[in-house]
Amino acid sequence: MEIYFDNAATTRVIPEVREIMLNTFDEEYGNPSSMHKKGVGAERYLRYTREVLSRQLKCAPKEIILTSGGTEANNLALIGIAQANKRAGNHIITTGIEHASVYNPVLYLKDLGFEVSFLRVDGRGKVDLEDLCKTLCKDTILVSTMAVNNEIGTVEPIEEIAKIIKDYNTDILYHVDAIQAFGKMNIYPKRIGVDAMSLSGHKLHGPKGSGALFVDERVKLRPIIYGGGQERGFRSGTENTAAIAGLGKAAEVIYGRLDENIKAMKLVKDTLIAGATRIEGVTDHSGEAPHIASLSFRGVRSEVLLHALENKGIYVSAGSACSSNHPAISGVLKAIGLDKELLESTLRFSFCEYNTVEEAEYTIKVLEELLPQLRRFTRR
Amino acid sequence: MEYKAFLIKYAEIGTKGKNRYVFEDMLCRRISEHVAAFGDFTIRREYGRIFLEAQSGYDYEDVITALQKVFGVSGISPVVVGESLQFDDIREMAVSYIKECYDDKPHTFKVNTRRANKAYPVKSMEMNSEIGHYLLEECDNLKVDVHNPDVLLNIEIRNKVYLYSQTIKGAGGLPVGTNGRAMLLLSGGIDSPVAGYMIAKRGVELEAVYFNAPPYTSERAKQKVIDLAKLVSRYSGKIRLHIVNFTDIQLAIYEKCPHEELTIIMRRYMMKIAEELAKRNGCQALITGESIGQVASQTMHSLACTGEVCNMPVFRPCIGMDKQEIVDISERIGTYETSIQPYEDCCTIFVAKHPVTKPVIEIIKRSETKLADVIDDLMKEAVDTVEVVKAD
Repeated sequence: MEIYFDNAATTRVIPEVREIMLNTFDEEYGNPSSMHKKGVGAERYLRYTREVLSRQLKCAPKEIILTSGGTEANNLALIGIAQANKRAGNHIITTGIEHASVYNPVLYLKDLGFEVSFLRVDGRGKVDLEDLCKTLCKDTILVSTMAVNNEIGTVEPIEEIAKIIKDYNTDILYHVDAIQAFGKMNIYPKRIGVDAMSLSGHKLHGPKGSGALFVDERVKLRPIIYGGGQERGFRSGTENTAAIAGLGKAAEVIYGRLDENIKAMKLVKDTLIAGATRIEGVTDHSGEAPHIASLSFRGVRSEVLLHALENKGIYVSAGSACSSNHPAISGVLKAIGLDKELLESTLRFSFCEYNTVEEAEYTIKVLEELLPQLRRFTRR
Repeated sequence: MEYKAFLIKYAEIGTKGKNRYVFEDMLCRRISEHVAAFGDFTIRREYGRIFLEAQSGYDYEDVITALQKVFGVSGISPVVVGESLQFDDIREMAVSYIKECYDDKPHTFKVNTRRANKAYPVKSMEMNSEIGHYLLEECDNLKVDVHNPDVLLNIEIRNKVYLYSQTIKGAGGLPVGTNGRAMLLLSGGIDSPVAGYMIAKRGVELEAVYFNAPPYTSERAKQKVIDLAKLVSRYSGKIRLHIVNFTDIQLAIYEKCPHEELTIIMRRYMMKIAEELAKRNGCQALITGESIGQVASQTMHSLACTGEVCNMPVFRPCIGMDKQEIVDISERIGTYETSIQPYEDCCTIFVAKHPVTKPVIEIIKRSETKLADVIDDLMKEAVDTVEVVKAD
């Protein structure tokens, strides 16, 4: 049996996505900027995706900038907004649990001379709103938080955050990293006071190398990539029509059955958590997101358990797969005050609508078998 | 400057006696293998040297880099080839060669002509002086020094004209395949690839063994070792990597033997398995990356204790080197970056806080008797289920 419980790392491409992508390779391979028919044919895919996304986010098509993925969207939002608005102030606020694609651009901005504050989170990983109130100041130009935490699945109170920011000063811009939220819930940025929002295609059965940044049209933004002026000058470079088409198709299909998907994922998640926590020494710190479960296994190193599960055909993550090239202890697990002993014993199980309750049950059975075996051989 | 050929020099083989042809044959074979991917080349052997001639276009840098990895090659001279045997053409060729290869700072030089084609009307000595004169006239920065010249311009006349003066340093050593075969214990660390490189340099063909401990070690740790074997194989030629599943043996030791002796006992079994695999694969020796005193399992006592299980010679070329010296070599041969990737190997998984540093063989053997009822089966299983990956 092969059970893929690592859908927060990436997902399998669905057939509809694959099919539309093949069209862009085989038939409509033109450059969208070309003036002839082949160019127009290719451009149609860009327009399609922009429309799907703008419909879903309830914004204007021109407020969507297509990028090479979530990381680029986050970079463009943070660096592009900070650079374009630096005359208004030089203070940026983010949190201590952000993904590296937010955290590192922010560090870069700090090097450039911006002041940066990192907000605290509570024991469930939620942004401390009081801390936010205290941190906002007259120099603040940008606040950036995630919508759903990628490691434990906390759903952040972005509506409240937006309200606090805008009550303080409507000129302060709010960017949301919605990469783990997109495809799992409806977010309408313009209605709740979010000025920019990043999303990625490969977390919802689209291709890797696809993503987008929503930017409210009144936001001043400076590009980070210069060239032929594609994407209204905000993102130069010949458009990756295959990835873009795939992103649009994935969003259309997944949002078309969002409610069922949430139900399906939630069922798998709840089954797994309920079953696993019945085993001695297993604790749960999952947030509300339907697709992420975070479990700690006392007395077993996460890497060892991960490989043991792998041998049984079950694929999971230790911390976040994006950071697992540097097996450091997870930032968010530390931030929520997890026992030091459990930091190195936590796994992330993440789901998609194709996962089944049977898979969760099988996983519980495997855990019941493996844990006693592995605990015999902990470091003495 | 376009080089159509390379003159390959080999130092040490030249001192061999009647079996010298064995070394030369092997060197030619290794050179052909190393450059095969970069173009069409023919090899010609002569007394004391090898000519590698390009029959197609090729990338100069790639070929030099490849030749510098062939053990047995002491120097590589890029050669300009002229089709015309006319004296005037040779003269012009010499001038343009010197002008292009040497800057206009002062140089001393000497011309050295060889006529393999004895029918050529101008004698070697005459060639030397004629061409020398002409070069002096044409190039203001040159001065003659027949005893210790900066530039020794060699001209060889055959059915074509060959011109060369520069020598690029080769890897040295002896051609791989002229000195038997040995089994390298490859851990994934910095030392063992260096050890393999050093022994291969002496003409030894390599096989390698890696002890895998899933799920305690990952697929990536294994991939890293395969990558390291590939990097070493750029010098040594093809390596067959034997991957042993060591988990059960490790767990048995862990459960039954004193904790502080764990590493030393584990290493003894690794050596035994390595020796068995070596025998099965026609190897005459084992190679490890050990260095005296580097870690607890590499103290003099520990080395004696792990070495004791083998009858085969165990070569430890890093034995007298400091860590930094080993690192320097690994950087030079290009294995360092891969070696330092942070994946756990089976040695680091179950480490005691205070491992023994002065193991006593009798005590270790007594501890091993606790494994008596399982170890033979486990060893057999480990050796029989070995997975072989070709690295080249």
